[in-house]
Amino acid sequence: MTELSRLRNFAIIAHIDHGKSTLADRMIQVCGGLSEREMRDQVLDSMELERERGITIKAQTVRLNYTAQDGHDYVLNMIDTPGHVDFSYEVSRSLKACEGSILLVDASQGVEAQTLANVYLALDHDHEMIPVLNKVDLPAAEPERIKEQIEEVIGLDASEALEISAKTGQGVTDVLEAIVRRLPAPKGEAQAPLQALVVDSWYDTYLGVVVLVRVMHGALKAGQKLRFMGTRAVHDATEVGIFSPSKKKVEALGPGEIGYVISGIKTIQDAKVGDTVTDERRQCARPLSGFQPSVPVVFCGLFPSDAADYEELRDSLGKLALNDASFQFEPEVSPALGFGFRCGFLGLLHLEIVQERLEREFDLDLITTAPSVVYKLTLTDGEQLELHNPVDMPEVTRIKTIEEPWIRATILVPDEHLGAVLKLCEERRGEQVDLTYAGSRAMVVYRLPLNEVVFDFYDRLKSVTRGYASFDYHLEGYREGDLVKLSILVNGDPVDALALVVHRSQAEARGRALCTKLKDLIPKQMFKIAIQAAIGGKVIARETVSALRKDVTAKCYGGDITRKRKLLEKQKAGKKRMRQFGNVEIPQSAFLAALKMGED
Amino acid sequence: MSRPSPADLPLPISERMSDTPGFGIYIHWPFCRAKCPYCDFNSHVREGIDQARWRAALRRELAHYASETTQPDAEPRTVTSVFFGGGTPSLMEPETTAALIEDVKTHWPTDASLEITLEANPTSVEADRFAAYAAAGVNRVSLGVQALDDAALAFLGRQHDTAEALAAVDLARRHFPRVSFDLIYARPGQTPEAWSAELRRALAEGCDHLSLYQLTIEENTVFHARARRGELPLADPEVAAGLFEATQETLAAAGLPAYEISNHARPGEESRHNLTYWRAGDYLGIGPGAHGRLTLDGTKYASRQHRAPEIWLQTVEQAGHATRARTAVGPSERLEELLLMGLRLTQGIPRAAFFRECAAAPEELLDMGRVRALAAEGFLELDEAGLRATAEGRQRLDSLLGYLL
Repeated sequence: MTELSRLRNFAIIAHIDHGKSTLADRMIQVCGGLSEREMRDQVLDSMELERERGITIKAQTVRLNYTAQDGHDYVLNMIDTPGHVDFSYEVSRSLKACEGSILLVDASQGVEAQTLANVYLALDHDHEMIPVLNKVDLPAAEPERIKEQIEEVIGLDASEALEISAKTGQGVTDVLEAIVRRLPAPKGEAQAPLQALVVDSWYDTYLGVVVLVRVMHGALKAGQKLRFMGTRAVHDATEVGIFSPSKKKVEALGPGEIGYVISGIKTIQDAKVGDTVTDERRQCARPLSGFQPSVPVVFCGLFPSDAADYEELRDSLGKLALNDASFQFEPEVSPALGFGFRCGFLGLLHLEIVQERLEREFDLDLITTAPSVVYKLTLTDGEQLELHNPVDMPEVTRIKTIEEPWIRATILVPDEHLGAVLKLCEERRGEQVDLTYAGSRAMVVYRLPLNEVVFDFYDRLKSVTRGYASFDYHLEGYREGDLVKLSILVNGDPVDALALVVHRSQAEARGRALCTKLKDLIPKQMFKIAIQAAIGGKVIARETVSALRKDVTAKCYGGDITRKRKLLEKQKAGKKRMRQFGNVEIPQSAFLAALKMGED
Repeated sequence: MSRPSPADLPLPISERMSDTPGFGIYIHWPFCRAKCPYCDFNSHVREGIDQARWRAALRRELAHYASETTQPDAEPRTVTSVFFGGGTPSLMEPETTAALIEDVKTHWPTDASLEITLEANPTSVEADRFAAYAAAGVNRVSLGVQALDDAALAFLGRQHDTAEALAAVDLARRHFPRVSFDLIYARPGQTPEAWSAELRRALAEGCDHLSLYQLTIEENTVFHARARRGELPLADPEVAAGLFEATQETLAAAGLPAYEISNHARPGEESRHNLTYWRAGDYLGIGPGAHGRLTLDGTKYASRQHRAPEIWLQTVEQAGHATRARTAVGPSERLEELLLMGLRLTQGIPRAAFFRECAAAPEELLDMGRVRALAAEGFLELDEAGLRATAEGRQRLDSLLGYLL
């Protein structure tokens, strides 16, 4: 156990690509956490996907042993937090485990929307902040301008901001010194009953569930019987340790310390982020505040491209869920896409990450249906229900009201693109809340219906601002809306996978766009194909794919049969990826592309 | 030499267009003077071909197959056609042709109307040999005219011009009772007017058989590479479809209706050899890369000879044949082959063929829901006579087959 005054716990708040992982690597190096040989770039982002996308999905921690200029040895616990709004609850738990944060800002890029959201979260947790400007060695660096921006946009004193280059190592020691001098030591009662916060948990094939905790009071030791106060689960602690950054067993974790505990937990549902751990025999008076199990806000269907992969998809989803308590899934059957799963996510990034992990780590080829938000329906008979899938929408006559989730979105954008952003937000039924300028950048705050955001908003925002906007949001609550179910019919048959819930004012435009897109995507066939968009029984848009006029091999003699048969085999294999609608075969790629509408 | 009249034809039309698939022998000559940019056939350009050695090897492989089909317990077969294809078989010495024809007649009984076709290029050099080929027994030539437009011929990489080609057609008609020639349409930039003018000129030659192919880009050809680089302005599918339809109409009006997707003949003048392919009959494939289908004891075997000319030659010299692969054609494959070949024919597939190839009626073999859907759209007909694709259906046969199978 470490003496409290020699302990510092901190998080790094940064936008993607602003150099968080590089700074972490340098600090580990300076503190001798890893030998040169062991040192891999970006040690912390262990998942392939995290490395590639430069984002942190799971909170991770490293204990650094640092001998400061005052001659004392300090233990510095660095928590690497997920950088995205989808994981804001996880971020807030990580921040709760620390007393201070480093605000790391790219000296040429400046403050971004995500950074802003997390800084406010950190300030909510009474964090002491150390502003650090990174990449000052680059020619485009403008430390003075960015300092001004930090003061203007965030309202943080940036006069003592450090100027560093994590890449070259310049100023990294200054950061470590500042952590020791400027951040407060944690407080806690060593003799009090154990009270520890679950910062994160994950499943390890050999060890079972590993729980990352921050001890607030008391001591956590191997052999203790632990109670998870929120889930009411009780488990024996079999091993306690720290990450330095490799796993290292210790005897006990005391107040202020961050480490792991292994206790034979089989499922992470028993060790939810934010829960409080105490000693079953000597329980603390009350749990830590703020435990809230995460609730999925975005749903979509995941289907295997090849029906034969269904079992494998189920197993893979199960494996993912082992490590991701916020991810939900249940079986779903779609006439268009076959057997699959309806899955719930914290947000769009979370969805994308899960999809990518399935495709990459589990080698599955997937079809993802259009993401849908959770609608709250009140029926005429007074019954209330939550709608996770547009297909399940009851008859219009049975519905009294539909409520949809709204978000509060913050967008930071260079002012030359402001007009385009305002237009986009207005098109998406946005309501402007605030518009302020900081230098040449504008900060726009809008209320937006979440269903407008899950539908290609990121992509549109990226394209209208040529990638210069940054965007963040949080859920604000539900509001009644004039929403309708838009169905797409192919030769009269509804294509469930393409059903959407949209605002009435946008139904026609959306329907027309979908029909046009499908017309281009569905290859001509022997039969004429009618594509219709409808609300209830009323067709609001239609397109026709004319029949193929000619499609026949010119030459086919004795020597060509084998080749022709191979072609047929290919056609047949292709058919497996087609879905039958009456006489019409629609390639899955058409669904996929239709679902990704708006990218062109 | 006087021009043979249709009256000289050995058999009445009705009998030659009967439903029997016949038994054909295909002999492949793998060499060309130059490789055409659209052609993906097994053809090679070589200097100093040892004609005597090739002649001996072709005869040896033919004898090998003869021994197989004339086993005492094998069903007796009568050869109905011989086809010299290539490559450019008109580069084969007439002596070789003569020897092979003699061998066929020695090995097997031959039909009274035995059709012996030779593919030839319409150059003056080859035309000089027409008399010798006719004397060897060739009674039908198929000339690779390809276009009646000098610029188009240059584009297609042909060795002749229009005048030379027409002269060769003329000469061929004097030497052979039956003459056919090929044209390629839907060439880059070809207008419907230009094609119809070309067709009229072709018909004016008075041949009773024409093969009219839409230009298709095959893999492993110069055109394929050019098309991939975007250098080949291919005809728009709608334009190509229009050309196809116009071709069907023009030829039907001229008395040479399509009897197969790309083949047109005055009734009775159909290529008997090719009908064997389309009717899922047996045929032997002799020579490099030649394919065969041979039914022995109820099992149909697909065979393929070594493709590379030199390896084929050495293998035959050592082993008597250069069969590279020989596999039994399974029941479902037999149905597939029957359909994909048979539906190309205007007359379609007679019921008897379903029983012969698949031992069952079409109703038992096919997805009748799909058959009815295709029939409802006017693409397919199934009746007492058999199964056939309509003109509309034939025009979309690849999709039709994809849907049906």
